Amino acid sequence: MTQPMTLADTQAQARPTSETTPSSGKSSRVQQETLMEIRRVSKRFDEVLAVDDVNLTIRRGEIFALLGGSGSGKSTLLRMLAGFEKPSEGQILLEGQDISRTPPYERAINMMFQSYALFPHMTVAENIAFGLKQDKLPKAEIRERVAEMLKLVHMEGYAKRKPHQLSGGQRQRVALARSLAKRPRLLLLDEPMGALDKKLRTEMQLEVVEILERVGVTCIMVTHDQEEAMTMADRVAIMSDGWIVQVGSPMDVYESPANRMVAEFVGTVNLFAGEIVVDEADHCVIDSPELGRRIRIDHGISTPADERGVWVAVRPEKTLMSRERPAGDFNWAAGTVEDIAYLGGLSVYFVRTGQGHLVKVSLANTTRRSERPSWGDAVYIHWDERSAVVLRD
Amino acid sequence: MRKPSFTTVMLILGLVFLYLPMLILVIYSFNASRLVTVWAGFSGHWYLELLRDPQILSAVWTSLRIAFFSASMAVCLGTLAAFVMVRFGRFRGKTALSSMITAPLVMPEVITGLSLLLLFVHMAQLIGWPADRGMVTIWIAHTTFCSAYVAVVVSSRLREVDLSLEEAAMDLGAPPVKTFFQITLPVIAPALAAGWLLAFTLSLDDLVIASFVSGPGATTLPMVVFSSVRLGVSPKINALATLIILAVSLATFLAWYFMRRSEAKRRQALKMQAQEA
Repeated sequence: MTQPMTLADTQAQARPTSETTPSSGKSSRVQQETLMEIRRVSKRFDEVLAVDDVNLTIRRGEIFALLGGSGSGKSTLLRMLAGFEKPSEGQILLEGQDISRTPPYERAINMMFQSYALFPHMTVAENIAFGLKQDKLPKAEIRERVAEMLKLVHMEGYAKRKPHQLSGGQRQRVALARSLAKRPRLLLLDEPMGALDKKLRTEMQLEVVEILERVGVTCIMVTHDQEEAMTMADRVAIMSDGWIVQVGSPMDVYESPANRMVAEFVGTVNLFAGEIVVDEADHCVIDSPELGRRIRIDHGISTPADERGVWVAVRPEKTLMSRERPAGDFNWAAGTVEDIAYLGGLSVYFVRTGQGHLVKVSLANTTRRSERPSWGDAVYIHWDERSAVVLRD
Repeated sequence: MRKPSFTTVMLILGLVFLYLPMLILVIYSFNASRLVTVWAGFSGHWYLELLRDPQILSAVWTSLRIAFFSASMAVCLGTLAAFVMVRFGRFRGKTALSSMITAPLVMPEVITGLSLLLLFVHMAQLIGWPADRGMVTIWIAHTTFCSAYVAVVVSSRLREVDLSLEEAAMDLGAPPVKTFFQITLPVIAPALAAGWLLAFTLSLDDLVIASFVSGPGATTLPMVVFSSVRLGVSPKINALATLIILAVSLATFLAWYFMRRSEAKRRQALKMQAQEA
C-alpha cells in the first residue's frame, strides 16, 4: 500500500529559517514568511469601539494566541478573521490578498467553535464530510479524507455516532477534525478548551497542539485562560479594551510585561509604586515609600526627566522569604505572615509588610512537611536585583 | 385507609372537571335512544348512521383537506416570518413587523372573518377573483391566522438554536440558502412538525372565520355540527365527537411513544459508551 501524501508531509518539507525569540520547542516549525496581515483593523458596534486599530502579522506555521478578558475584543477580532463580522476600518490580508469583504463561505479559513457547533442531525463522519461536500469533491476522495481525519484525532471507531452520543472530549476531537478536513490555510480556535473540565483540559491542550503540529496548520486561538495560551501558543498577544497591549512569546509576556495591565493579567505580581532617583547605564534605584526602602535594579531604564513615577513588579515565585534579616540596603522589607494558601505543589504566603502592603510569596513544596514559617511569624521578604521589572502606568 | 391529602383531592376534582363532560359524551354516543339525554340501553347504532350520512362524511373530507393545505401553507409562511424575526439583525420596522405577525393571535375571530369576507367581496368585484367563495377562500383565511401561530412556535425554537451551527456551516463553505436548508431546517424540524399540527387542529376546529368566508359549496365539519345542533342534537354528533377524541388520543399516544423510544435509544447509546470508556 502506498502512503497517501498528507498535508503534514508537504508542510514538513519546508524548513524554518530562524527564530528571533526562542520560547518553547514548538517554534521549530515556524517560518518567517507572513501568512496573514491584519492592518489597522477597527470594529464599531453602534459607536462602541470593540476592536481599536489592531495591527498583527501571523507567520506561516505558528500557533498564535489572543489572550484577554471578556469584552477585550478578542472574539470580535476572531469573528472578523472568520468573516462573520466586517471590519469597520482596515484590511485583513491572507497571503497578500485582501479578504476583509469576502464572505465566510469563500475564505480558506476554518474555525472550531467554542460550543463545537457539531450538526446534531448528522453522524460524526457526515459532520467531517460537510465541508468537503460543499467543495463538490468526488465521493471516494471525501471518504478517504474523512477516514484520514478520524485517524488523526483517534476517533476511527466513532464514524457512525451522532454528536449527542459523544463525550465532551470526543466532541472536541470531531470538531477539530471537521475544521481541519478542508485543509485550511488558517485555523481559528475559539476558546478551544472552554467547554471541558480542568483535568481533561490539560490533556487536550497537549493533544491538540500535537495534532496541529502534525498537520502543520497555522492557527490563531482566542482564550481568556493564560495557562492555556502559554501551553499551546508560540506567540501570545494580550488584548485589552480592543487594543493589542503586547505581542511576544509566552516567556516575553510573563518575564518582560509591557505595562502594569499585562503584568497583572498574566500571572500574579507584587507591585510597588515608586520614584526613580538614580538612573545609570548599569543600574537604577527607585525610592518606594510602599516598601519603606529603596529598590535597586540591575539595569538602567533611560527615563525622560519629567516622568519619574514608575511601578516595580516582582513575581511571587521570585520573591524570597527568610527569617534572617537580608544583607544590604535594597530590595527587602520586614513583615508578618498573614495567610498561607497550600496548593499542593506550591504554597502561597501572604506577608503583610510594616508599611501595610500585602506581598505574595510562592514557595515550591520540594520536601514533605518541612519546617516553614507559620501564621503570625515575623519574616523578611526580599528579592534579587535581577528579578524585578520596572513598569509604567 | 389513609386520608388523601388536599392536593390530591384538588387534582382529582380538576381532572374530573376537565374530562367528565367528554366521558359523558362518549357514553351517550352508545345510547340506543334518539333523545340525547335519555339512556335507553347500549347500541353502536349511531356509528352506523354516521357512516351512512353523506353530508357529514363530505364535511369531514372538506375539513381535513382545508386543514392539511392551510397547515402546510402556514408552516411555509410562518417559518419565513420567524426566520426574519429571529435571524435578521436589527432593521427599520422590526418591532412593527413582529407585533404585526403576532397580532392575529389576539385579534377576535369575528373581526378577522368579517374583514376577510369584505376583502374577498371587493376582490371579486375588482379583479373577478375569487368568483365564488369556497374551499380556496377558507384556505386563504385559515392560512392567515395559522401562520401567526406557526411563527410563534418556530421563532421560539429558532431562538434556542445555537447560532454557531449556522456559522459553522457557512465557515465550511455553505452559502446562506444552502445553510438554511441543510442545517437550520433539519434542526428546527420538530418545531415545524409541532407548528403544522397546531395549525392543522386550529383549522379543523375553526367555525367563526370559516362561516364568514365560506360559500355554498364548502361546508366544514364544525359548520355541520353547529347547524345540526341548532336543529336539535342528534346522537350521531356524539358518535362523531367520540371518533374525533379517539383519533386525537391515538395521535398523542403515538407521538409520546416514539419520543420515549428515541430517548431510550439515546440513553442506551450513552450507557454503552460509558461502559467502553
